[in-house]
Amino acid sequence: MVEKKKDKAGLGEVGTKYFNLPDDKKFVLESGIELKGLKLAYEAYGELNSKKTNAVLVCHALSGDAHAAGYHPGEKKPGWWDEMIGPGKAFDTDKYYVICSNVVGGCKGSSGPNSIDPSTGKPYGLSFPIVSIKDMVDAQKELVEHLGIEKLLAVCGGSMGGLQALQWAVSYPEMTFSCMPIATTYKHSAQQIAFDEVGRQAIMSDPAWNGGDYYEKEHPSAGLAVARMIGHITYMSNDSMEKKFGRMLKKEKLGYEFSTEFEIEGYLRYRSDSFVKRFDANSYLYLTKAMDYFDIQKNNSLQQTFKGVKTRFLIIAFSSDWLYPPFQSKEISKALKMNGINVTYCEISSEYGHDAFLLEFEEETKLVKHFLENTKKKLEKEI
Amino acid sequence: MTSKIKEELRCDHRIIGEMVSRGSKVLDMGCGAGELLEYLVSSKEADGTGVEISEQAIYQCVEKGLSVSQGDIDTGLKEYPDGLFDYVIFNQTMQQVHRPKDAIQEALRIGKTVIIGFPNFCYIKARVQLFFGGHVPLTPSLPYSWYDTPNLHFLSIKDFERFCSKENIVIKKSVFLCEKKEVKILPNLLALNAIFQISRG
Repeated sequence: MVEKKKDKAGLGEVGTKYFNLPDDKKFVLESGIELKGLKLAYEAYGELNSKKTNAVLVCHALSGDAHAAGYHPGEKKPGWWDEMIGPGKAFDTDKYYVICSNVVGGCKGSSGPNSIDPSTGKPYGLSFPIVSIKDMVDAQKELVEHLGIEKLLAVCGGSMGGLQALQWAVSYPEMTFSCMPIATTYKHSAQQIAFDEVGRQAIMSDPAWNGGDYYEKEHPSAGLAVARMIGHITYMSNDSMEKKFGRMLKKEKLGYEFSTEFEIEGYLRYRSDSFVKRFDANSYLYLTKAMDYFDIQKNNSLQQTFKGVKTRFLIIAFSSDWLYPPFQSKEISKALKMNGINVTYCEISSEYGHDAFLLEFEEETKLVKHFLENTKKKLEKEI
Repeated sequence: MTSKIKEELRCDHRIIGEMVSRGSKVLDMGCGAGELLEYLVSSKEADGTGVEISEQAIYQCVEKGLSVSQGDIDTGLKEYPDGLFDYVIFNQTMQQVHRPKDAIQEALRIGKTVIIGFPNFCYIKARVQLFFGGHVPLTPSLPYSWYDTPNLHFLSIKDFERFCSKENIVIKKSVFLCEKKEVKILPNLLALNAIFQISRG
């Protein structure tokens, strides 16, 4: 009875905090440009233990933010991974200190194109420098160090979050005791870049976009909505769409007109309308660009990239994910194994497509919960 | 799986455990729910990892704290570097791979020693069923009907020994089993299962 109540309660109310990089520290991006006044929005749940062996960093996907779990005061919807984070859940906040920060380049409180440029007092817009996945990770590292953590028990993330998790293991293997890349890849393929480019073009061809300078005017909502629709299609699978919508109509019969007739059309519009209210179009450009730039191998082979890495891995892919297909995760798994790195790889059978990482909680929990528990034992043994 | 086989396998685990030296690096190909690996990790302090095709079995392995990769044996072996493991184990799985010869050679590439446990097709009762019954034998170690068997290859102890000799593979140790007891005489006739420890010549 008590268990149930506790479970239902979840984390309860949570709040976002802010980290400002101290002025004496320089934050130089992968492009070589310095980003002044780096600010990160973050949330943290649970308590850091005295040995600091229980810190877990969760990295969010393209449309996510620092609000991973619990409820903001007055809000009805919990954080984006509330099913996974909380007391007794996969990321058990009774055991782990779970951190999630909004990525640099994002639009939910961290430095990004919609934040204020200290040199002009106005939103950056396109004058915000291009950021990479590595820049996101470098910014997170500053936050993690600021929180007094030398070694993360785990870095976990799905989709764009998975790219960050991989980058952590490669850039800071000593700080990354374990890594859980979910529904992700080691490099954006031509197809993945292509979908992102269509999204960007949709935004940039909206007259309201105005070269990225729209913050005091009408926002390019129509363009961003189309970008989101394309995204949504790639997040679902043919099967899941067929099951959910099929050829169902919103009205009784065909109207022989260009209104929203099919249920799937209505769904895409509804989802994109709600998205444009909470997301910044410029941020969408920056984040998709960062993903497209991502190739963990750089000029190396994938196997060579992981040389010297000691991090333990749990890699999860989903059978119907055609945006980040399982074979890409398998490639990562293989490259790690060729380096003698400890890997667990699982392909969860799901019909939800890429979205599965936000939906298949039961299976993900089975893997993440036990992997984390075991990994924590290993870390404590080492210390 | 019948309970009889499970008992037989538990006996296998003990014998395989005796073949594995303490603290060694072990790969279990087709590790199922990870019972053998768990046994080797706990009793032999092995650094164990597995390859398994079934998603549900992967969950059970992870629950046991094991590291395991989802995949099939034929391609799974190619994902490891030369000599990474002290032991590569095929316990009751080698007869289920597509190309056993390739699998054994790959296993000998990535492991210093290979341990193979398989059901003996020429067990006396199997011979009797085949000869007098006129049907494909059903024995405690080969309990499946022809239409739903996971086994792709059927071999005897003699077949395996001939294979090793032909391929210049050294048999370091062999143990033969019948209903939890070791078989010392006429194993090709009296053993249900065989466990071989082999290495490159």
